[in-house]
Amino acid sequence: MTLFTQQLFNGVALGGVYCLAAIGLTLVFGVLRIPNLAHGALYMLGAYVTYFFLTTVGVPYVAAIGIAALILFVLGVLLERLVFHPLRNAPHTHHMIAAIGAMFFFQSVAQAIWGADFRRMETPISGSLHILDAEISAQRIVIIVTAVVVLALLTWFIKRSIHGQTIEAIEQDRTGAALVGINPAMVSMLTVGLSALLVTIAAGLVAPINLLSPTMGDSLNLKVFAIIILGGLGSLPGAIVGSFALAIAETMTATYISSAVGEAVAFVVLVAVLAIRPTGLFAKAVQR
Amino acid sequence: MNGLKNPRILGTLAVLLVVALTPIAFGDEAYIMRVITVGLCSTIAVYGMNIILGFTGQLSLAQGGFFGIGAYAVGLLTTDFDWSFWQAFLVGVVGTSAIGYLSGLIALRTKDEYFAIFTMAIGFIIYLTISRWEAVTHAHSGVNNVKFPAAGDLVDFSNPTAMFYLVFAILLICVYITYAIRRSSVGRTLLTIRTSEDLADAIGVNVGLSKQLAFAASAFFGGIGGGLYASVVGFIGPDAATVDKTFEFLMFILVGGMGTVAGPLVGTMIVTFLFEFFQDFQAYRFIVLGPIIIALVIFAPRGIVGYLGGFVDKRARQRRIGSVGANASSRPHDSTGPEASARTGTSADNVTTTEEKN
Amino acid sequence: MLLEIRGLGKRFGGLDAVKNIDLDVQAGQVTAVIGPNGAGKSTLFNLIHGFYRPTAGSVAFNGRDITQSSPHNSVNGGIARTFQTTHLFDDSTLLENVLAGRIVRSKSTVFDAIFHTPRHRRESALNHDKALEALEFCGVAEFRHDLASNVPQEVQKRTAVAMALATEPELMLLDEPAGGIPEEETTDFGNLIRSLPSRGVSVLLVEHKMSMIMGLADTILVLDHGQKLAIGSPAEIQSNPDVIRAYLGTTKDEEN
Repeated sequence: MTLFTQQLFNGVALGGVYCLAAIGLTLVFGVLRIPNLAHGALYMLGAYVTYFFLTTVGVPYVAAIGIAALILFVLGVLLERLVFHPLRNAPHTHHMIAAIGAMFFFQSVAQAIWGADFRRMETPISGSLHILDAEISAQRIVIIVTAVVVLALLTWFIKRSIHGQTIEAIEQDRTGAALVGINPAMVSMLTVGLSALLVTIAAGLVAPINLLSPTMGDSLNLKVFAIIILGGLGSLPGAIVGSFALAIAETMTATYISSAVGEAVAFVVLVAVLAIRPTGLFAKAVQR
Repeated sequence: MNGLKNPRILGTLAVLLVVALTPIAFGDEAYIMRVITVGLCSTIAVYGMNIILGFTGQLSLAQGGFFGIGAYAVGLLTTDFDWSFWQAFLVGVVGTSAIGYLSGLIALRTKDEYFAIFTMAIGFIIYLTISRWEAVTHAHSGVNNVKFPAAGDLVDFSNPTAMFYLVFAILLICVYITYAIRRSSVGRTLLTIRTSEDLADAIGVNVGLSKQLAFAASAFFGGIGGGLYASVVGFIGPDAATVDKTFEFLMFILVGGMGTVAGPLVGTMIVTFLFEFFQDFQAYRFIVLGPIIIALVIFAPRGIVGYLGGFVDKRARQRRIGSVGANASSRPHDSTGPEASARTGTSADNVTTTEEKN
Repeated sequence: MLLEIRGLGKRFGGLDAVKNIDLDVQAGQVTAVIGPNGAGKSTLFNLIHGFYRPTAGSVAFNGRDITQSSPHNSVNGGIARTFQTTHLFDDSTLLENVLAGRIVRSKSTVFDAIFHTPRHRRESALNHDKALEALEFCGVAEFRHDLASNVPQEVQKRTAVAMALATEPELMLLDEPAGGIPEEETTDFGNLIRSLPSRGVSVLLVEHKMSMIMGLADTILVLDHGQKLAIGSPAEIQSNPDVIRAYLGTTKDEEN
C-alpha cells in the first residue's frame, strides 16, 4: 500500500510535467494545425539552458527557470517565423519534415555545447515529506504545485487576456478570426513561443530528478504526442486528462510489471485509441 | 523502345549505369564498397518510403522500424537459428510485409497528422521491442557474424564487389517496380489520394484500402533493405531500427525528390557521400544538415529529380504548344484567360463557404 | 425508378440541414434541385453520394439500398458526381485528370503492372481511349495536354464532367456545374448537360442560374430551409406562388 501511494504521487508529478509539455503542443496544433515534432527538442534545450544558468552562471533555481523560459520563448517565436511561417500553405507533410530538421539541429547544438554525456543537475530543493506512510520528495511536491499554478494562470490567460482570447478565437475559427481583425501571424508566433515557455518550465522542474542528455526529449516527444492524440488534437481539457491518465498508467505498469512495458504503455494505448477512434478520444465529432 | 526517347527514363538509366560502374573505380577499396552497398540497402528502404510518402502523400515514420525488423530477422535467424541467408531473408521480408499490412488495418482509418503520429508510435514500439527484449534480440549487445548469402561455389558473397552487385540487382527490381507502379492505374490511384482524399473518394477510389496496401508495400521494401543491410555489415544493433533511421531516410528522399522514380537513388547516394564527408564530426553534422532539411522543404520541396523532371515537362509542353498553338488559341473563350477564371473562382469559393455552413 | 429517396434527413448538432426529403429520379431525365443559399442542396448531394451519413430516411439506386454506402462504393455502383467548386488535380494534365476517373473501372493489379501482362496493356489502351472519348464528348479534347490549373474556368468545369463521365455512371450528380461560367457560355454548357441522357447518363443537378434550369430540367425540386417546398415540371414551378415568394423573386434581383 505504501508503495502504491508513493507511486501514485510519482505518477501525479510526472503527469504535471507531461501536462505542461502537452498543453503547449496541443495549443500549437490548434492554432497552426501543425504537429510540432521539434517540441521534445525544445524541452531538452529548456533543460540545458536552465542547467547553464543554475550551475555555470550560478543564479537561483527559480530565476534560472525563469530566464530559460524567456529565452526559449524567443526561440519558439523564431522557430515559428523562420520555419513554420514560410510553410503555412505547403502540404502537411512538409512542416512535419521541417520540424524534424529543427529537432536534429537543436540536438546537435546541445551536443556541441554540452557534450553527449549525461549531466546531473543538483536539486536545490532537498528533503521529503511523509504523506500516508509514503515518502514523497519535496521536488515532486514542487512539480505538482507548480503545474497546478501554471495551469490556473494559463486558463486565466486564455479566458481573460486579449492575447489569450485571440489564441482561443483562432483555434476555433481561423477565417472568422481573421475577419474580426485578429492577426493570425502574430498569434502563431505567440503560441509557439508560449508552448516553448511552458515546456521549459516542465524541463526545469524535472531536470533535477532526471539526467540531462541531448536526446532526453525524444521519448517525451513521443509520449506527449500520444497524450494529445488521446485527448484529441487541439483540446486543452483532453491534454490535461490525457497527461495524468497516461503518467499514472506508466508509473504503475513500470512498478508492477517492468520498466520496458512502462515505457511502451503510452504507445500501446495510442495505437489502441486510434484503432477505435481515428481522431482521438475527446475530439469533436467530425461531420461525416 | 520509344521509352529511350523519354528524358526521364534516359536519366534514370544513366544514374543506374553510373552506380553499376562504381566497382570499377572503387573495387579495390573494401571500405568504400561497403559504404556504397550500405547506401544501396538504404535506397531500397527509401523506395518504400517513396510509395507511402511520395506517391500517397502520407508521412510514415515507421520505415526505420520496418528496416530494423528485416535486419533482425536475417540477423537472428542466420546466427541463433543457423538458417541460410536466403531462408531468413524470405521470412524477414514476408514477416515485415505482414506486420505492415496488419498495422495498416489501423493506419487506413487515420489521415494526415494522425497517420504520421500513428506510424511514429509503430516505429517506436518496434524499436522498444528490439532494444529491450534481451532474451531474443540480445538488446544492446546486438547480433554478430550475420551470414552472407550462399550461392554454392558460383559466387563468394564475402567479396564486397559480389555483395554490391547482389544488392544492386535487387535494387534494380525495386526501381522497376516503382516505375511500373508510377505509370499504372495503381500509381494513379495513389497520386489521387496524395492530391485530395475527398476527390479520390468521389471518383471511386477506395482510399482506406489503397493506403493500407501502400503502407504494406513500404514495409515490404523496408524489410528487403534491412535484410540485405544485416548481411552487408555483418553486425547489427538496435540503432538499425531507430526513429533516427527513419529521419535519415526522410532526408534522402527529400533531397532526391518525393514521388519520382530516380529520386530515392539520387538522394541517398548524394547524402550518403555528404555523411561520409562529415564523418569526422559525425555528432554535429546536423548543425549543418538540420537547416539544410528545413531550407529544402521551404525552397526546394521537389528535390533534385523533381526539378529536373519539371524542367523536362515544361520544355515538352512548350514544344507541343509550338506545334498546335494556332489551333488552341482559335477558341473564342480562351481569351478570358486565367485572370478571368481566377475571379470567377473566388466567387464560387464564397458560395461554398456559405453553403457549407448550412 | 433510377434513384428513390424516401424521408431523407440529416441533423448537425440539433439543427436540421435536410429534413424529410422524398425524390424520384427517372432514368433518361434531367432532374434539378434549386433553392436559396443554405437550403441544404449540397448537403442533399453529400447524403446521396455517401459523404455524409443520413440521420433519417433511405436512398435506393436501381432498387438497391445505398443509404449507408461510402462514396467510392457509390461511384462503383454507377453514381458519379462533380463538386461545386471545381475539383481537379491541378498539377496534372486534363487527360491525366480524366484517366483518374478510370481508376474505378480498372481491374488490373499492381502485379499486372509489374509483369506488364496482356490484361494490363489492354486495359491501359482502353482507359486511354475512354478518357479521350469523354474529353471529346465534353468538347475539351484539344486541351488534353494542358495542366488543369492553366485552362479557363469553363474548360475546367467541362473536364470535371468528363472525369465523372469516365467512371461510366448511370447517374451523374452535378453540383452547380455552370457556377463561375460567363453568362454567354451557359447555353453551350446547358447543351452538354442536356446531351448526357442520350448517352444513358441521367442527371441530378443543383444550379443557381434559373434561365438555364428552366430550359434544361424535366423535373425540379425546390428546397427551402432543408425541406421540400415544391416539386414539378418547370412550368409548374414557375407558376407556384410559394416558390415565387421564396426564391424566384429574389434570384431575379440577384442576377441583375
